[in-house]
Amino acid sequence: MAEPGSSTAAAGDGGGRLRNAFGGVLCAFTLLLIGVLAFSIRLFSVIKYESVIHEFDPYFNFRVTQFLSKNGIYEFWNWFDDRTWYPLGRVIGGTVYPGLTLTAGTLWWLLNSLNIPLSVETVCVFTAPIFSANASWATYLLTKEAKGTGAGLMAATILAMVPSYISRSVAGSYDNEAVAIFALIFTFYLYVKTLNTGSLFYATLNALSYFYMVCSWGGYTFIINLIPMHVLLCIVTGRYSSRLYIAFAPLVILGTLLAALVPVVGFNAVMTSEHFASFLVFIILHVVALVYYIKGLLTPRLFKVAMTLVISVGLAVCFAVVAILIALVASSPTKGWSGRSLSLLDPTYASKYIPIIASVSEHQPPTWPSYFMDINVLAFLIPAGIISCFLPLSDASSFMVLYLVTAAYFSGVMVRLMLVLAPAACILSGIALSEAFNVLTRSIKCQLAKLFDDSPAASGDSSAESSSASTASTNSAKNENRSEKTKTIPKEKPSKNRKKEREVAESVPVKHKKEKKLLVLPMEASAMGILLLIVLGGFYVVHCVWAAAEAYSAPSIVLTSRSHDGLHVFDDFREAYAWLSHNTDVDDKVASWWDYGYQTTAMANRTVIVDNNTWNNTHIATVGTAMSSPEKVAWEIFNSLDVKYVLVVFGGLVGYPSDDINKFLWMVRIGGGVFPHIKEPDYLRDGNYRVDAQATPTMLNCLMYKLCYYRFVETDGKGFDRVRGYEIGKKHFKLTHFEEVFTTHHWMVRIYKLKPQKNRVRGKLKKLKSGSKTSSTIAAGRNKNPWQ
Amino acid sequence: MAAPRHLPLLLLILLVGFASADEGGEGGPRGRRLLVLVDDLAVRSSHSAFFGSLQARGFDLDFRLADDPKLSLHRYGQYLYDGLVLFAPSTPRFGGSLDQNAVLEFIDAGHDMILAADSSASDLIRGIAAECGVDFDEDPEAMVIDHINYAVTDAEGDHTLIAGDDLIQSDVILGKEKIEAPVSFRGIGHSVNPSNSLVLKVLSASPSAYSANPKTKLASPPSLTGSAISLVSVMQARNNARVLVSGSLDLFSNRFLKSGIEKAGSKMRYEKAGNEQFVTETSKWVFHERGHLKAVNVKHNKVGETNEPGMYRINDDLEYSVEIYEWSGTSWKPYVADDVQVQFYMMSPYVLKTLSTDNKGVFSTSFKVPDVYGVFQFKVEYQRLGYTGLSLSKQIPVRPYKHNEYERFITSAYPYYAASFSTMGAFFIFSFVYLYHK
Repeated sequence: MAEPGSSTAAAGDGGGRLRNAFGGVLCAFTLLLIGVLAFSIRLFSVIKYESVIHEFDPYFNFRVTQFLSKNGIYEFWNWFDDRTWYPLGRVIGGTVYPGLTLTAGTLWWLLNSLNIPLSVETVCVFTAPIFSANASWATYLLTKEAKGTGAGLMAATILAMVPSYISRSVAGSYDNEAVAIFALIFTFYLYVKTLNTGSLFYATLNALSYFYMVCSWGGYTFIINLIPMHVLLCIVTGRYSSRLYIAFAPLVILGTLLAALVPVVGFNAVMTSEHFASFLVFIILHVVALVYYIKGLLTPRLFKVAMTLVISVGLAVCFAVVAILIALVASSPTKGWSGRSLSLLDPTYASKYIPIIASVSEHQPPTWPSYFMDINVLAFLIPAGIISCFLPLSDASSFMVLYLVTAAYFSGVMVRLMLVLAPAACILSGIALSEAFNVLTRSIKCQLAKLFDDSPAASGDSSAESSSASTASTNSAKNENRSEKTKTIPKEKPSKNRKKEREVAESVPVKHKKEKKLLVLPMEASAMGILLLIVLGGFYVVHCVWAAAEAYSAPSIVLTSRSHDGLHVFDDFREAYAWLSHNTDVDDKVASWWDYGYQTTAMANRTVIVDNNTWNNTHIATVGTAMSSPEKVAWEIFNSLDVKYVLVVFGGLVGYPSDDINKFLWMVRIGGGVFPHIKEPDYLRDGNYRVDAQATPTMLNCLMYKLCYYRFVETDGKGFDRVRGYEIGKKHFKLTHFEEVFTTHHWMVRIYKLKPQKNRVRGKLKKLKSGSKTSSTIAAGRNKNPWQ
Repeated sequence: MAAPRHLPLLLLILLVGFASADEGGEGGPRGRRLLVLVDDLAVRSSHSAFFGSLQARGFDLDFRLADDPKLSLHRYGQYLYDGLVLFAPSTPRFGGSLDQNAVLEFIDAGHDMILAADSSASDLIRGIAAECGVDFDEDPEAMVIDHINYAVTDAEGDHTLIAGDDLIQSDVILGKEKIEAPVSFRGIGHSVNPSNSLVLKVLSASPSAYSANPKTKLASPPSLTGSAISLVSVMQARNNARVLVSGSLDLFSNRFLKSGIEKAGSKMRYEKAGNEQFVTETSKWVFHERGHLKAVNVKHNKVGETNEPGMYRINDDLEYSVEIYEWSGTSWKPYVADDVQVQFYMMSPYVLKTLSTDNKGVFSTSFKVPDVYGVFQFKVEYQRLGYTGLSLSKQIPVRPYKHNEYERFITSAYPYYAASFSTMGAFFIFSFVYLYHK
């Protein structure tokens, strides 16, 4: 895959008209292949499993898309969903990022109007692969703006198969990120394009693309903070130009107006701190623009006078504005930041104050190995990419570096944001690889030319010199590349830009010719270098394919495990949801931990109490409290919410680690955060959550323990939990307020029904009975085995 | 001894059963097939007046010995009887498939029971009573003794024949006509848990009563004393099954029903004790001839419309109505009351309104949906002493405004409209001037 990129770059170097045309065709063809690669590498999940929607959030998106395709966009906009968050309900139309749904809905509508009868589900499954092809094309465009076609193709190839992105965009992973990454890269491309051309047309497109991003994902705040940062950087480094103004000012105004149109963002676009950076930089940019304008009008002496005047007045105004802002911001409890953003700035914030954010596994900071898993060799290529971005530093390449640095920070805070880092890593690695190939192939070409010309070779080159040589030649090659480009498409560029380009192009070649001769690597070193790079690329490809096939393709609703006696398929989730949809009333309410809310509404079509859209902490805490309370209290809580069935996920029999017992600490923490009578230490033995013989009585009596381990001892006679790796603490007990109605084949999902209230109230005649009510532990101790 | 009678009797039961099932199906809340279990067939004649009053009201009584080996309450999953009269206090074990659990299941399936015990009450009877929330005195020899409020008899006895007049204040249970004469009672006392809201004391002992063995000297303070002793209690289960527990079987006997009574210390002598009226009225209540409510035709709609919508919007005005009828023993009569309330409920009641009635059974009201969206319920929780509980709930979602249902042009926003239009105009002029004024 590495060759086409370098060959096109070489073709570009050639300069001939025919070769240019050939290069263009080759480039287009390569891009097509990259798109096919990006699409097809994500189909492992369909081939290995089946064409299903994966995981949790995609089920919600799928349900919304179904609603959209059935009822149309206005109904979707006004959709009040009474089947989730019972009894509060959820205004879906106003709380959902509609970009993904509208995209897939449009796609489905288009296909159907072309008489291609695909189901909504199929379209949803394949939306992510299609958009990853788009994303790799966008990467090509973005990198091309910074470093030319070769780097663009290289970066696109790398992005097409970067594992980090694959993990979020395999077929079936129908989530916001699938389209948002494309929107992110494309917005950046349009920004850089505007920056390079100064065209208002691209600026407008940029705002539209930003709008699409806002529609798609909450990660749009990354854009609206990164671009102002870059603008500020340009201003500080004295790179202010009218192109910068055109690239930024329309984006802020149009972008903010458009963002406010998205119901879920609304007034947040002007009210929350996430957006303030852009406004601040907007003001600064205008001040700077004014200063430059006045500087052009006045003589230097007058300018100095005016400067002091303006600065003193400006400072005063600035202070006033800042003071007002601070006062406004400080008056809100979270200082105007949303919890998720705060946890980005202060990584310890969530674990301290918002357990509900900390409880999500993808909000945890990543471990080191996950970098090698997710971006693999790119981690080593990035530094080289940064170096080549600095040679020379243009507006575009400085943007790349800034993008990488910020994304690297954010990825270190939240493992989910590794996804934002991936494109930056790909772009910089693409640049690095392309530059390296550039240097190496050109030196081979020179050597070959020398060989054929039989001229005296510049044999003085040593390996010690090679590094400086490569950097210099990178420099020259880059410029050459640029000037080439300006010649081929001169019409699109406004005059100012072209002038600048020409200046650069003309200033360098003076020493260029001389250096070119000097800075050539020896034949063997170049060949070796190319070989090594290809091997490196090979490793990367192998790793990516492995990651796509093995690591990231599991749909997580169907699990498989390989053992000595063959492949085991665990389809318990769908079994349980099918049971619910066939055996319960349409209006019955099912309570479970929020992880399974989306799946229950989408697959079982039953009303749930809480779901993965964790908008109401109190409601989730109520369910957490019920799960961590004794049976009777839990029954009362659930009954007050009209719950009929309780669903728990239990992995102890087959060793499925992400079950409710392992999530239990979050139920206790979130529940205890709102209802202080739930105290975490009551559940801990020596600081650990244990369910074995050393577990605390509170733990052994809580609903979650009982529902998970009810009748568990019947399976093997000992009650050995294969996830925790020990025997459970309390093996024989009866349920008083719940009855088991369904347990799936591998016991992974267990469904219980709330018993109705007792028809009669018993008298106190029997002393034994009243004893069992007050403390069930004693009763269980006396009555060792009720099953015999 | 009862063997030769079994077959025809069974046939009779079946025939009667079918007939009465049809009869009961005519809209009454309960059927009219009663199983009477006695431990001695003599009870049939000694209590004939009570049985006669039941039969006169249309009940079909099936008399069986409690230890009859062919005893069964249901066949092929269907109950053979609609009610049970358990006049077998001393039976240690039922015959056939009947046992304590079967009786309790019979009640939990929504059937009624009259249970009478006396000083010979067996553990079985005590167990059934306890499951219904009635605790008989645990001392098997104990009887209720009252040295002040006893009924005067010819021989100076041990004051175990009690003239009870502490009756529950409820027209529903005891009928509209006041029971003037005291009720004579001889038997064992029981207590009920005051926190148990399902059990009511119908006939309580006087404050001077206590429960002890009348034949021995009182060694220790009696465990049950004063008005904590209940002589006759009723229980209405959550599924509206009704159970009457009496500590005295004699209460229902012809002798007590017919004879006169004179309460000690009172000059009044009644020609007839209050027993007949008491047992007739309470048995009417137990077998759902009185105090049974039904609610039908729960309707709600927007004001000015008639169709029931699937969803309301916040701040809609709506009307709610429900029809409530009471069974009078022969027909459903409109229920009249001014205390039926409806809640518009989502985790807590947002609206609580008293329904007004048109005296023809229709209760209705109208109110405004609160400014809160969510899944609400129309809830009617009507629990009144003696009446069957009405618990209606109907789920209805309330949605927020649609995006195009908000007010369009707000007066207070006119300055903002003016500002934006003037800015647009100014910008246009500015562009024009800037572009063409050279």
